[in-house]
Amino acid sequence: MVMILGKPAPLLFGQLLLGIINGSFYAMLSMGLAIIFGLLKIINFAHGAMFMVGAFVTWGLFTYLGVGFWAALICAPVIVGAFGLLLERAFIRPIYKLDILYGLLLTFGMAQVLQGLATNYFGSSGVSYDAPPALSGVLNLGFMYLPVYRGFVVIAAIIICAVTWFAVEKTKLGALLRAATENPSLVQSFGVNVPRLIALTFGGGVALAALAGVLAAPLYSVNPAMGSDLIDTVFAVVVIGGMGSIGGAILTGFGLGIIEGFTDVFYPPGSAVVVFVVMAVVLLGRPAGLFGKVA
Amino acid sequence: MFGFNRGQQLSFVLLLILVIGAPFVLYPIVVMQVMCYAIFAMGTNLLMGSVGLLSLGQAAYFGLGGYVAGYLVQSVGLTPELGIVAGGVAGAALGGAFGWLAIRRQAIYFAMITLALAQIVYFGAVQVTGFTGGENGIQGIPRGALFGFLPLASDRAMYALVAVIFLAGVIFIHRVVHSPFGQVIKAIRDSEPRAMSLGYKVESYKWIIFVLAAALAGVAGGTKAMVMGIQTLSDVGGSTSGLVVLMVLLGGIGTIFGPILGALIVIAMQYYLAPFGAWVVVIQGAIFMACVLVFRRGIIGEVAYRLRTQL
Repeated sequence: MVMILGKPAPLLFGQLLLGIINGSFYAMLSMGLAIIFGLLKIINFAHGAMFMVGAFVTWGLFTYLGVGFWAALICAPVIVGAFGLLLERAFIRPIYKLDILYGLLLTFGMAQVLQGLATNYFGSSGVSYDAPPALSGVLNLGFMYLPVYRGFVVIAAIIICAVTWFAVEKTKLGALLRAATENPSLVQSFGVNVPRLIALTFGGGVALAALAGVLAAPLYSVNPAMGSDLIDTVFAVVVIGGMGSIGGAILTGFGLGIIEGFTDVFYPPGSAVVVFVVMAVVLLGRPAGLFGKVA
Repeated sequence: MFGFNRGQQLSFVLLLILVIGAPFVLYPIVVMQVMCYAIFAMGTNLLMGSVGLLSLGQAAYFGLGGYVAGYLVQSVGLTPELGIVAGGVAGAALGGAFGWLAIRRQAIYFAMITLALAQIVYFGAVQVTGFTGGENGIQGIPRGALFGFLPLASDRAMYALVAVIFLAGVIFIHRVVHSPFGQVIKAIRDSEPRAMSLGYKVESYKWIIFVLAAALAGVAGGTKAMVMGIQTLSDVGGSTSGLVVLMVLLGGIGTIFGPILGALIVIAMQYYLAPFGAWVVVIQGAIFMACVLVFRRGIIGEVAYRLRTQL
C-alpha cells in the first residue's frame, strides 16, 4: 500500500475528499452569510436553519409532489428565498437601526423556532433522500474511488461560488450592492430603491443557503439539527475570512474543510476543534480576519 | 441598606420572602436550580449590561466550575464549600486567560471569539474523559457535609446553603455595579473613547468585569453540580450559553433583578413544558425574537421604566 507522510494513501485521499466536501458547504454557507452581513450588517444566525429548511423542502417536493432533484435545485432556493423575503419584511427590517448584536439575538431565536418546528414535525432523526440515479455509482480515479455524487457536489459548489463571486464583484448589480453598503443614502438619491435591494440581498443569501441544503440532502440524513451542527463552524469561517468578504469566505471555507480533513487523519479528536483554534489564532493576529478590511 | 434605592429595597425584601417561601410551593430542586442559573445570569449581565459585551461562551466557565467542584468533591474528597469555591476560582482563572484574549476585540468579534474559545473548552470536555467523564459526565457527586460537619444530604439543608450563596451574590453584584468601579464601567459602556481620554485603562476594567462574570459562572456551575449530584456535557455546551443570554434578555439587561426573573421563567419553562418536547425550543426562540422586536428592556427593565426607577 502506498504511504504518504506515514499514512495509507487511500485514507489520506479519502479524508481530503471529505474535507473538500465539507469545505464546499462551508464555502457556500459562509458566502451567503458574508453577503448578508456585508450589506445588511445582520449576523444571520438563522442561516443554518435556512440550509436545513432547504433540505427539507427538497425532500418535501419529492415526497409530496414528485419533484425530483434537478428541479429542486431551482425550486427549493426560490421557495426558501421567498420565505426569506417574508422574514426580512416581518422581523429583520424593524431592527436595522439597532445595535448589531440585536440582529444576532433575533436570528438566533429564529433559528431555534425553525429547528424546533422541524423537530416537532419530523422528529429528531429526520428523513432520508436519495441521490438522483444519474449521479449514483462510483468512479475509479486510479488512486482512489470517488462516489459520483460527491464529485458532483464539489464541482457544483465551485461553480456556485464562482458565479456568486462574479455577480457581486464584477457586475453592475454587484457594484450597486457594494455601493449601497458604503453609502445607502447616496445610492438612494440616485433613484435606487435601497430597501428593496436590501430585501433582495437577504432573500438571495437565504436562497444560497437553501441551494446548499438541496446539495446536502442526498449526502446527509435530512434532519432538524443539520443546520445548527454547521452554523458555528460557518461563523468561524466568515470571521476568519473577514466579515463581509465574499472571496475570503469562499477560500477560507474550502481551506478550513481541507485542514479539518487532514487533522482527522493525523489527530482525529482534534478535527472538531481545529477550526476554532484557527479562528482564535487568526483573530489575535488579524482582528478583521484574513481578507477583511480593518473597520 | 446595602446602598439599594427604595424600589430595590422593596424588591430585595420581596425576593427574600420568595426565596424563603418558594420551597413550600415549588419543588425545592427546581428552585435551587433557578438560583444557580440566576447567579450565572447575573454574572453574564455584568458583561452584557454594564459594559455592553455579548459573550456567546459563558457556559465554558459555568461548566468548568461544575466539573472542578464535582471532581474535587467526588474524587479528592473536598468539602462542598471548598468545591464551590474551587469552581469559582477555576471559572475566574479560565475567564482571566480567555478574557485577556477576547476583550481586545469589539462587538461581533468579541462575541465570536468567546464562542470559539467556549467551543474549544467543550471539545476539551468531551476528550478529557478522566476528568469530565466524557459523554457520561460526572455522576453521583456527594453533597457531603458543609465545613465537614453540617450534612447537606437533605434538600432543606442544601436549599439553605444555595439561598445564602444566591442572596450574597445579589448583594455582591449590586455593590459592584454601584461602586466607583461600577461607575467607571458605565462610563466605558456609554463612551469608550471618552473613558479612555479621561485616563481610565478601559481594557483592564473590561478584563476585571470579564473575570468577575466568569467567577460567578464558576460558582453557579459548582453549586449546581452539588445540588444535582451530576455534571454533564450539556452544561458546558453552546445551548447553555444561549440559555443564559436568554435569561438576561428576558429579565432585562442591566437590571439587578431581571436576570433572576429571567432564570426563573426559563428554568420553570424547561421543567413544566418538558412534556411538550421540542415546543420548548420553539417557545424559547419566539421569546428571543419577541424580546428583540418589542421588548428590548426585558420584563424587569420595562417595569422599572414604567415606575421611573432602577430595579
